[in-house]
Amino acid sequence: MSSAITTGFTPQAKARPPRAPGENYLNVAFGVKSWLLTTDHKRIAILYLVTLTILFFIGGAAATVIRLNLMTPNGELVPADTYNKLFTAHGIIMVWFFLVPVVPTVLGNFLVPMMIGARDLAFPKINLLSWYVFTIGAIITLWALLAGGVDTGWTFYTPFSSKYARTNVIPTMLGIFISGFSSIMTGLNFIATMHTMRAPGLTWWRMPLFLWAHYAVSVIQVLATPVLAMALILVGVERVWGVGIFDPELGGDPVLFQHLFWFYSHPVVYIMLLPSMGITSEVITCFARKPIFGYVFIVWSSIGIAVLGFLVWAHHMFVAGQSVYSALIFSALSYLVAVPSAIKVFNWTATLYKSSIAFETPMLFAMGFVALFTMGGLTGLFLACLGVDLHVHDTYFVIAHFHFIMVGGAVMGYMAGLHFWWPKMTGRMYSDFLSKLAALIIFVGFILTFLPQFVLGYLGMPRRYHVYPPEFQVLNVMSSAGASILAVGYVLPLFYMLWSLYAGKPSGPNPWNATGLEWQTPSPPPPHNFDETPIVTTGPYEYSMEESALVH
Amino acid sequence: MSTNHAVLAHHFENLEQQRETATFGMWIFLATEVLIFGAIFTCYAIYRLRYPLDFEAASARLNILIGSINTIVLLSSSLTMALSVHATRVGRQQMLLTCLLLTILLGGTFLGFKVVEYYEDYKEKLVPVLAFDPDEWTKVEGVEAPIQPQHVQLMLVFYYIMTGLHAAHMIVGMGLLIWLVIEARRGWLTPVRYMPVEIVGLYWHFVDIVWIFLLPLLYLTGTHHPTDLHF
Ligand code: HEM
Ligand SMILES: [Cu+2]
Repeated sequence: MSSAITTGFTPQAKARPPRAPGENYLNVAFGVKSWLLTTDHKRIAILYLVTLTILFFIGGAAATVIRLNLMTPNGELVPADTYNKLFTAHGIIMVWFFLVPVVPTVLGNFLVPMMIGARDLAFPKINLLSWYVFTIGAIITLWALLAGGVDTGWTFYTPFSSKYARTNVIPTMLGIFISGFSSIMTGLNFIATMHTMRAPGLTWWRMPLFLWAHYAVSVIQVLATPVLAMALILVGVERVWGVGIFDPELGGDPVLFQHLFWFYSHPVVYIMLLPSMGITSEVITCFARKPIFGYVFIVWSSIGIAVLGFLVWAHHMFVAGQSVYSALIFSALSYLVAVPSAIKVFNWTATLYKSSIAFETPMLFAMGFVALFTMGGLTGLFLACLGVDLHVHDTYFVIAHFHFIMVGGAVMGYMAGLHFWWPKMTGRMYSDFLSKLAALIIFVGFILTFLPQFVLGYLGMPRRYHVYPPEFQVLNVMSSAGASILAVGYVLPLFYMLWSLYAGKPSGPNPWNATGLEWQTPSPPPPHNFDETPIVTTGPYEYSMEESALVH
Repeated sequence: MSTNHAVLAHHFENLEQQRETATFGMWIFLATEVLIFGAIFTCYAIYRLRYPLDFEAASARLNILIGSINTIVLLSSSLTMALSVHATRVGRQQMLLTCLLLTILLGGTFLGFKVVEYYEDYKEKLVPVLAFDPDEWTKVEGVEAPIQPQHVQLMLVFYYIMTGLHAAHMIVGMGLLIWLVIEARRGWLTPVRYMPVEIVGLYWHFVDIVWIFLLPLLYLTGTHHPTDLHF
């Protein structure tokens, strides 16, 4: 690795404004206005954190009612059409208003500038705008979901959504459409920042893997989101004017919608996952006290996922009437996309091999991520196999598959990241005991909730029905019991994290003894992140096993 | 030094970096735009291949004269836009203002023609839902033509969505140009601070290029006759 500075600008550091002792981004200004008009990426991250936490619990409430209803075969709790609205609301909120934005806008916003040694993102005002756009979109969709609801499922399949559904399809889609722009703005900001604002000496191949993951995600956000926007516009036009873009009676093709939708929505599953992969790379190296195994491979696998992720969308449509040949090709490509994911898992495992592991809370979550993501990924291969998919398509097997990846994987990774960087964001430590307990509860609750669903799906229980044959009850009750444990696990952090703000021990600048620029500055960081522009002279993971990860 | 600092935002190290970042940001945005138009072009292409005769029949009825004039108008506006960028970089304030105003004028002309054209389409019964006569398409010269009115309607729907989306982009561009005029009159667009003009220029050229695709896709698909050349 050369030490040449390839940052594209001359490293003559501009003087940074002097800072009063103890001044940080939180205490530099007070009042509602100082938050709502801030352009500081760290404060915007906090705005997103609050918004998304609220949305997560709203989405979770819908899931709770779904699981309660499925305790009995006859679904006594809610009528069928309410049930349809509940799973639709759950899917829409969790996908677009929680998991897609959560890691980039909270941890990414906070950390991208800090990790590259910059004062802010490239476009601070656009960053703030993205929060407003997102919030407006979220409010519109939430309103539509609560005042009447939508029963199309989060996938909006035509011609049901474009012609027959008599629910709030248009306002719901409008909110998603609007919030899509915030996704694009975030991606655009990250790409521009990483290209032009790296600190002197921070070459591409010295970037932490968290940044590489966000780079790959940003590319997907910028290139996939507009296609969803167009798909939603077309459904809206058809719905309002009845002109039959996707209506077979008028010459339209309903499957075309599915192509557009999945052209966005398959890559989007990687928007949800890749950032958590980045987090895992950071956390595992820190608590294994070892440089990451195969840095270059992990980088290329992130890029590989972003590229290949665009080429597999039709594996969601194997039974939608596509030709055998295209099904064959999409099946083969889907196998291919598992390769970069597997590379990452192997590299994380190899990093752990013969290392000295410290089982701190973030590490527990990160290891949960690796385990659960691996299971989700492997079952993805089952689904990519044409013959198997014909059998389990639209069953609980698919539900279990993507929950292993999105909840067991992506949300777990988010929790790892939140616990890892919380001391940096707030300057406080949370309760060690309670946080480890939460990690354990979430892991156990998760397994109990979703493992039975694989069996259910394999035995033939379809998704999206509010009743089921009585012989499936045992497994369903297990799943619902697991869900209540999971709920405890998710509520717990809310308490100890808030509590840490009042009573937590001060964490100091670097409680985990981690490398990385973000740890070289006080916690919480000063308004301009660093008192002077840092100069990078080494790669990202200069860990050695002699030092322990326990400073606090 | 002092002039530099007035235009250097707090989070950049130097002007070079700031310029590079701003232009780069616009390029990324244009990538997004390519995909949004790409999606609708793809849908159009699929139906165009599936219903070739219906699409050609509908295309033949679009107003080729206004379409052609608008193409020339828009290409000229690209020239004046490019000259605006040049004028800023060499610091010729008067030329900058003139070119910006000319660009606005040409853009306005385009939109004006577009409105006239939509109105003509309406009078010609080419607007699905609002003014559309299915029988007109099946009874061509007394023979049952193999043309399905609902497929013609499909083509027209795409025509309105695509040109409408393009026009919306033009309107945004006009807003940006007006903002540039205000900045130019205050003397804020200088060789040191030329990025705003350059960035709006990129956007404007992109919107023009989209039209270069729309013209053949929509207007030149069907056969037009000299007698079609009227407003
Ligand atoms: C290891 C690579 C993966 C493969 C080969 C794979 C394969 C598949 C296949 C074939 C389906 C369609 C099943 C059906 O509907 O019958 C599917 C569904 C799904 N997958 Fe994956 N998958 C992989 C990774 C992921 C990842 C990383 C995520 C999310 C972060 C994910 C999320 C989903 C979702 C959300 C669905 C269901 C969408 C719906 O119908 O509502 N998958 N997967
Ligand atoms: Cu997929």
